Amino acid sequence: MTTDPRVKTLTPQFDRFTDTREMLDHARQQSVEFGLDDYFVVDVDSHREPNAHWREVLEFMENPVMRSNSLATLDARGTMMYVPYPAPGGSGVSSQSMFGRVPHQDPQAEAVEGVTRHRDIELSRRAMDAIGIDVQVIFPTSLLGLGMSPLAEGEAQAAYAYNRWMIEAFCAEEPRIKFMPYLPLRSPEMALRIVREFAGRPGVVGFLVTSIRYSPVHDNQFMRLYAEIEETGLPLAFHAGPTWDDDWMKTMNRFISVHALSFVHCNMVHLTNWIINGLPERFPRLKVVWVESGVAWVPFMMQRLDHEYLKRTSEAPLLTRLPSEYMREMYYTSQPMECDDHDLLEATMNAINAETQLLYASDWPHWDFDLPSSILGIRFLDAKAKRNILGLNAARLFNLAEGPGVA
Amino acid sequence: MMHGQVVVGRSAELADGDRLVVDVDGTEIGVFRIDGALYAYGNYCVHAGGPVCQGMVINRVTERLDADKRSLGDAFSDDLHIVCPWHGYEYDLRTGAHPGDPRVRLRGYQVFEQGGEIVVEL
Repeated sequence: MTTDPRVKTLTPQFDRFTDTREMLDHARQQSVEFGLDDYFVVDVDSHREPNAHWREVLEFMENPVMRSNSLATLDARGTMMYVPYPAPGGSGVSSQSMFGRVPHQDPQAEAVEGVTRHRDIELSRRAMDAIGIDVQVIFPTSLLGLGMSPLAEGEAQAAYAYNRWMIEAFCAEEPRIKFMPYLPLRSPEMALRIVREFAGRPGVVGFLVTSIRYSPVHDNQFMRLYAEIEETGLPLAFHAGPTWDDDWMKTMNRFISVHALSFVHCNMVHLTNWIINGLPERFPRLKVVWVESGVAWVPFMMQRLDHEYLKRTSEAPLLTRLPSEYMREMYYTSQPMECDDHDLLEATMNAINAETQLLYASDWPHWDFDLPSSILGIRFLDAKAKRNILGLNAARLFNLAEGPGVA
Repeated sequence: MMHGQVVVGRSAELADGDRLVVDVDGTEIGVFRIDGALYAYGNYCVHAGGPVCQGMVINRVTERLDADKRSLGDAFSDDLHIVCPWHGYEYDLRTGAHPGDPRVRLRGYQVFEQGGEIVVEL
């Protein structure tokens, strides 16, 4: 439109067909400005949607009838049997992308041509390279609601199949991608089998409990599971999610409300049960990570639980320290980092020992993703803390070798 | 960074309701024509630096109340918004201001037409 050689015309409007590299070009520019090449960046929470390759996953589903039923469902309806979908919670109501306002949240439809690797690996690599990420831990978006499936055996079968597919077909192809196998808590025997079978496999850096579920995490049926995870040395991550099917969430009429509370509410419940029932005393070497609840909830919980515990100590008899002291030894992912009030953010970072316990997470490609600049731009963090949060804390937690392309 | 006047396009190629997004020697700018008037903003969202001018243009959502303050549901107003495609921050296209916090405001540029060309003052 102009002959001035200094002027280059750009795409006027992005949509879900836009190439990730174009969508994230400003992130690439930021990574250059911040010198991210000089940092080891681990993204502890990123997402891929398994729906697009569910047929591949089903090859690993063990029960032949459930596999057949799942294939029939996929052929007829395009949906994943046993998985409440579309998220959140199977309610059929979802506006994560704000009805197209945030197109990268909708199913990514960009072209992937001329590469032999799996499409989702290519999409992840495009995002990692643009953002400046060295290693990325991937979680399956729609399976975050699998714990709400009415069929526990369906959850177990789907989880096992997905875990095997991720490890054998996905992570094996791309060493920069890491994975935490899904634990179907309602099937403790299967969860235990998953730990025994997948701990130590290439790419496995921990185990996952999806927090949208009504399983009391202190139930005696899980103690053997926790003991064996503790023995592996790998962390146990509780990944939050949204649900509109919870009775409290049903009182809300806007997704903004459900998203704001549901993503924190579930982890508040599980953390309270975990602490008050003395799980940190029973499994002192088991490292616990709270994923995608942001950070602002943590000092609230520290204050709330300490205040209650000092008065009602008899109801938490296994504790020998304040709840907040156990919480300071846990790990938290950063995203979505509530950063609009820097004074409150600084108090939060101090409360959670962010320099050693906070783990950068992008949540890409979701609508509330955070870039490394969200950490690098914090004025009260020193250079060492920023490097720790962006990658070195995760490298220690996951026993990663520092450097690009770590094994 | 450049300073001065730069021709970013031809007037005839920017119809009413359309936009032009350009990179001028490393500075990205979006030019919008709304009801005949031109508006130009830096293509960097205040929130996280996202490519705001390459997002969806959509009317502002409002909520109507009756005389008893009961909700009558959502409606679109005449205000046009540009929505950052990264995280959804919305800005009034005529003022550059975020509807929820007017202190959050896009960087505006002077833009005018001269001899059938669109000129931005950097």
